[in-house]
Amino acid sequence: MFNETVLKEIEEIKAKYPERRSALLPSLYIAQREFGWLSHEAMECVSKALNVPEAMVRGTASFYSMYKHKPVGRHVIQLCTNISCMILGAEKLVDFIGTRYEVQPGGTSPDNRFSLVIMECIGACGTAPAMLVNTDFHENLSEKRIEEILDKYK
Amino acid sequence: MEKFLLKNIENPDSADINEYVKAGGYKNLSKVLESGPKEVVEEVKKSGLRGRGGAGFPTAMKWSFAMADPKFPKYLMCNADEGEPGTFKDRPILEKNPHLLIEGMVISGYALGSEYGYIYLRGEYPEANDILNAAIRQAYEKNYLGDNINGKGVRFHLSVHQGAGAYICGEETALIESIEGKKGQPRNKPPFPVNVGAWSMPTIVNNVETLSNLPYIIEIGGEAYSRIGSSECPGPKLFSVSGHVERPGVYELPMGISLKDIIYNHAGGIKDNAKLKAVIPGGISTPVLPPDSIDCAMDFVSMPKAGSMLGSGAVIVMDDSVCMVRVAYRALKFFEHESCGKCVPCREGTDWLRKVLERIEYGKGTEGDIELLSDIAEIMSGKTFCPLGDGAAGVVTAMIKHFRDEFEEHIKNRKCSLADSY
Repeated sequence: MFNETVLKEIEEIKAKYPERRSALLPSLYIAQREFGWLSHEAMECVSKALNVPEAMVRGTASFYSMYKHKPVGRHVIQLCTNISCMILGAEKLVDFIGTRYEVQPGGTSPDNRFSLVIMECIGACGTAPAMLVNTDFHENLSEKRIEEILDKYK
Repeated sequence: MEKFLLKNIENPDSADINEYVKAGGYKNLSKVLESGPKEVVEEVKKSGLRGRGGAGFPTAMKWSFAMADPKFPKYLMCNADEGEPGTFKDRPILEKNPHLLIEGMVISGYALGSEYGYIYLRGEYPEANDILNAAIRQAYEKNYLGDNINGKGVRFHLSVHQGAGAYICGEETALIESIEGKKGQPRNKPPFPVNVGAWSMPTIVNNVETLSNLPYIIEIGGEAYSRIGSSECPGPKLFSVSGHVERPGVYELPMGISLKDIIYNHAGGIKDNAKLKAVIPGGISTPVLPPDSIDCAMDFVSMPKAGSMLGSGAVIVMDDSVCMVRVAYRALKFFEHESCGKCVPCREGTDWLRKVLERIEYGKGTEGDIELLSDIAEIMSGKTFCPLGDGAAGVVTAMIKHFRDEFEEHIKNRKCSLADSY
């Protein structure tokens, strides 16, 4: 179960909406923060905290690509390969990250340091190619820049 | 042109309420609280403002439908789910000028008789989330939000609702489903959200840029506003320019400016003097244009005549190093991934189009594949629940129309001659 502090946080979110189910997306983010990913247990906690059936929690969670349905590494690299990034070399960067950090799209490196997620546009097209590492934007990427940036995430 | 939407964003503290007020912020809100809600609606009507999210629907008309509905409460949703690839125009407002949006929302809420607003922010903008929440807190402290705004007894409450990575939630009924805690699948229409929206109540969904125009309309008056840019869709417009140009970025320019002017004058022309091959003018769901068609006016009325759409004003410029089959394949991979799965033509059509494009790009295309693509696109057109499927079909049709040679070459030579670029 969530602890008291988390439950209080969810109560405050519920108060912002006329119906409690509206707090589902924010609560799933909280569960992900608390558990690291949306395990069965994490979704059960959300279901209980909101009094929304588990099937609905799972159904909603499965629809959105930013919820993690398996454990992830310490840092999540979210690299965009949509058209503005692609035409400026993003697909080669996927290969580079794969070789240099032993992590494939959708996977996690053996040392559990990085997970790699291919994104569908992160709104940084004017400074493409771009990625988010956890919640930090990194733009105008090249192989060299990626090395400099990722070496800081231990 | 004097900047309004992007005013002051070079100031590193532009997101702070004190800086915003110092630059004249919130005075338009004070002005409308004196004159009354009817005047706001009147000014918006006179301004000719059209929604900046992509469809270009007249804002005053959308508002009037919601206002005519006797049900209360009414909800005001700001669509900040900026997901159309190539688009990054709302990001500077959200991150650098959040109080402009807040002021625009309070003014709109006041005009509409809505006391509750939500900003549906895409999950991919974590910085904007922090900045908006801080700005909302400041606005509450200074009494620009709350139960007694400016001491006038006016109430408006605002909060941020973070999305979680689903492009389709930019469609207004999907956005509403999502804020209700459900999968973001579009609803059947009618009823329209202006009558039956969030929690079954009248709901107005307006784009970030649309709402951010409100303080400007109040400041200069609807009539003066209507004289900026195109007569049929006036006002300033934000254009996101990306790809092979010297100076990519967000530009605030009058609506109706020529696409050529944007690329060659404002964005500095094609990068490294390369040869222009194609331009996607309004985000990837708008039809591609060849170089000889870019001397067109960028507004909602003129672009369809030029063979495309204004969309979100996201200009993606491609030089001749780019393989158009590859671009079409990547676009369809996106649409397939983002199709919500609710209606068959879109769910199956995007998947099928992607498969055929993939085999052409990788040298496994066969004779008849181009006709097959056209057939699938035609079958999908106009038969999907929401514009996602239509957009996907239109992208493929335009690619074949303008770059058929390249598709044929891939099939004939059984390879992509530009494959090394990727």
